[in-house]
Amino acid sequence: MGLALVLALIVAPEDLDQGVSQRIFYIHVPIALTAYFCFGLGAWKALRLLWRGDSRSDLESYVAIHQGTIFGALTLITGSIWAKASWGHWWLWSEDQLVLFLVLFLFYCAYFMLRFSLEEGPRRARSSAVFALFGVVLIPVSFLAIRLAEGLIHPTVFTREGPQMSGSMFATFCIAWAAVTLLAYVLYRVELVGKRLDSDLRELREAFE
Amino acid sequence: MIRARNLEKRYGRRRVLAGVDLAVPAGGFAVVTGPNGSGKTTLLRVLAGLAAPTRGELEVNADRGELGYLAHEPLVYRELTAVENLDLFGRLYRVPERRERIGMLLERFGLWGARNERVSTYSRGMTQRLALSRALLHDPALILLDEPYSALDEAGADLLDRELDALAGSRTLVVATHDPQRLAALTTATIALA
Amino acid sequence: MTYVADVVALTRKDLRVELRARDTLPAMLLFVLSTLVVFHFALPEGTGDDAAYGLLWVAIVFTALLGLARAWVPEHEHGVLDGLVLAPSDRSAIWLGKTLATLAFLVAAQVVALPAFVLFFAPLDLTALAGVLLADIGICSVGSLMAAMAAAGRSREVLLPLLVLPLAIPLIVGGVGAAISPEGARYLLLLALYDAVFSVLSWASFEYVVTE
Repeated sequence: MGLALVLALIVAPEDLDQGVSQRIFYIHVPIALTAYFCFGLGAWKALRLLWRGDSRSDLESYVAIHQGTIFGALTLITGSIWAKASWGHWWLWSEDQLVLFLVLFLFYCAYFMLRFSLEEGPRRARSSAVFALFGVVLIPVSFLAIRLAEGLIHPTVFTREGPQMSGSMFATFCIAWAAVTLLAYVLYRVELVGKRLDSDLRELREAFE
Repeated sequence: MIRARNLEKRYGRRRVLAGVDLAVPAGGFAVVTGPNGSGKTTLLRVLAGLAAPTRGELEVNADRGELGYLAHEPLVYRELTAVENLDLFGRLYRVPERRERIGMLLERFGLWGARNERVSTYSRGMTQRLALSRALLHDPALILLDEPYSALDEAGADLLDRELDALAGSRTLVVATHDPQRLAALTTATIALA
Repeated sequence: MTYVADVVALTRKDLRVELRARDTLPAMLLFVLSTLVVFHFALPEGTGDDAAYGLLWVAIVFTALLGLARAWVPEHEHGVLDGLVLAPSDRSAIWLGKTLATLAFLVAAQVVALPAFVLFFAPLDLTALAGVLLADIGICSVGSLMAAMAAAGRSREVLLPLLVLPLAIPLIVGGVGAAISPEGARYLLLLALYDAVFSVLSWASFEYVVTE
């Protein structure tokens, strides 16, 4: 699987023959979509924790959100590079997606601060879950707010987002998206397994105390 | 009333309770003993439902309205008077004939004179007596008391003795205490925490 | 009906405690007025009115945070929160009572602060005021819940603003928009949507956050 992953990641850039800004776009958008998906997964697991009382979901929710935050940070970085390549500025307040990710990034960083400050246990799991749910609801509300805020800051005409893609560009995009999703999945599983091992090991140690 | 097997409670890495079993029948009077830090308070919190056990089985046949809890802390508002505190909890616990019941309890616990003073002006003994009134306000079937004699003076302790004597048998009690001798006559079971 | 009665009893309790302790409301009042004066010095000469509205909202949010930080303090003295949680009443009533009381304090502080703002800086029309009220509801709803969550851990004073500020961003957009945009109604709609969604979410989640 690792080989397929590497191949996918290399093939995708090689297919590109446009300038840097287009190239980054192929990575930036899948990363952003993956981040959204991770946040959604985190919220779903959070719901399972609260609804079903499934305590395993706590770790799954946490790892999903952790991944989402990493990909969110990458979104901001690739987005910034794209902004510089396309418009000459490292940051653009007029870019809705970018601003949205900034807000979400702040929000989910606070998630980790919350987790750090609470002692391990059912209370921490539940508070984290509630916060994760708030995050996912914040996404559309923030988006709306940012859209409206544009009207205040630079009165711009609302344009449709994203360039039009021709056939081969679309194919490249899909490959890139698949590659990033695969990467995210692998990272998710690796971290989850690692955390579960830690937890199981600790339980074993405690059983012998 | 209460059935627990192999209860364990951890806070992060610290294990506070381990392998605790108990069975208290309705009308029983269980006494929990042990040195400081042995988990008496934690056990009572778990029984009250304020903390979930990390492991083990717990069955308590009393819902929230039938449970009276005296914690380590008084669980009353400093800035309110005794009457205001009991009135609030009386409403939340749907106590019938609230005013009469409050009056009766305040009198029984010797707080009638200070009933309209703020709790912040009370002595520790008075606050403890108010906390006891709060725990018994709704005439609960299951009563959990965490070191009820602490902060009480001679008179207060005698008052509590009489109260417990009256309740034993008709209510189920679990009392954590440093001084199990005092309650020896009423005790039906002892749980000793290491 | 008993639910409403519970909420009323809890809100009255909070108002009564504050009336006696008198530490939160005066602090909020003084804070918001001082902040407004600081802003006068912070804004360079010739800055438009619009900037002032932005700063008003900064002042409101931080005043609200001040109030929220103190909101659950009476419950943590003597551990009363456990007493409330143990009662057979619905736990969400505790949240609602607290939110309503905090809202009352925030509005009370604004009754002084908003005229002061108009005096020092710029006028406020009805849309702007509606925006303030709607945003107040939003921030108190979400803030009460977050304050309860933060209170269980360490470094709670630092944690509360971190948890609330990202969530407050849509409220600030709504509030400022309502004040300065010719299409203020759109922003009021955003605020109303926020309030509807997040209040319900906070109301429903409180139970999970306050028990162990």
